[in-house]
Amino acid sequence: MLYLVLFLFTIMIVTAIAIMFIKDISGAIIVTSIISLVASVLFLIMAAPDVAITEASIGSALTLVVFMLAVFKTQRGKK
Amino acid sequence: MRKFFTFVLLSGFAFYVISFVGNSTTNNCASKGISVGTEILKNFANQTGSANAVTSVVVSYRGLDTLGEVTVLFLSAIALSLLLSAGSNKNKSFLRRSFILEKGISLMLPFITLVGIYVISHGHLSPGGGFPGGVIIATGLFTAIASGLIKINKSIFSVIEGLAGLTFVGLGIMGLTNEPSSFLYNFMPKGIFGNMISAGIIPLVYAVVGVKVASELTTLALNSFTYGEEK
Repeated sequence: MLYLVLFLFTIMIVTAIAIMFIKDISGAIIVTSIISLVASVLFLIMAAPDVAITEASIGSALTLVVFMLAVFKTQRGKK
Repeated sequence: MRKFFTFVLLSGFAFYVISFVGNSTTNNCASKGISVGTEILKNFANQTGSANAVTSVVVSYRGLDTLGEVTVLFLSAIALSLLLSAGSNKNKSFLRRSFILEKGISLMLPFITLVGIYVISHGHLSPGGGFPGGVIIATGLFTAIASGLIKINKSIFSVIEGLAGLTFVGLGIMGLTNEPSSFLYNFMPKGIFGNMISAGIIPLVYAVVGVKVASELTTLALNSFTYGEEK
């Protein structure tokens, strides 16, 4: 169980660092939702299923939709 | 004047921090075993009739906070749709019809909605509740609206949302008319512990919260997508 938790933590840290190096904004937003998904699994391991369901639905679905809307409604900067 | 207000705010915050630090070393309630958590875990089954301790705290013991949360979500949805619907008209048609998205969501939408309804209706028995269930339903509707599968008039959702909010407040006020009167008092019969129909007003409040959250977020999507779709 300890190794599983450490593995999940490693995924979260690697994804968080990877977001900085992704050039495409929509790709970066999709990768952001992976963090929430892994966090919800961690909440489940820590015996908090209520928080896990909320984190999975809001963190990985709603945040993604709202960020996507914001990206597509605003103008992209010129290079 | 502005500096004075900043000074007052900062000194108040410093006072709070200092008192907190001083108390935590000498008078720690949790270490003595006097905490709200143990008391609630001992009594929640008799007092609320809900099988889920988290739900009994969210809806029953801290029902007013849930009303505040719903209000915060309402205000932020309004602000967001205001921001998203304002601006220049240059990139109107960002939505493109996608065959895979349209066929996929027409297959998945009933199941997503079913999961959402399950999570809402079993909120007092198993993990879940109004907020996550409403978000799950809204996610399915988001995708259906974005793919162009369903076209709904957004005023319907505004009416549903308003009615749900009024029902929440109405349930709270009905608790005031009861004999041990308090706002959001659980005045209905508790039923058998662990049954589908039990725990008094808790399932009703969660159903209302779920409908309100789902319709709120769908209105947000409708506001921004219809703007993007028209040419």
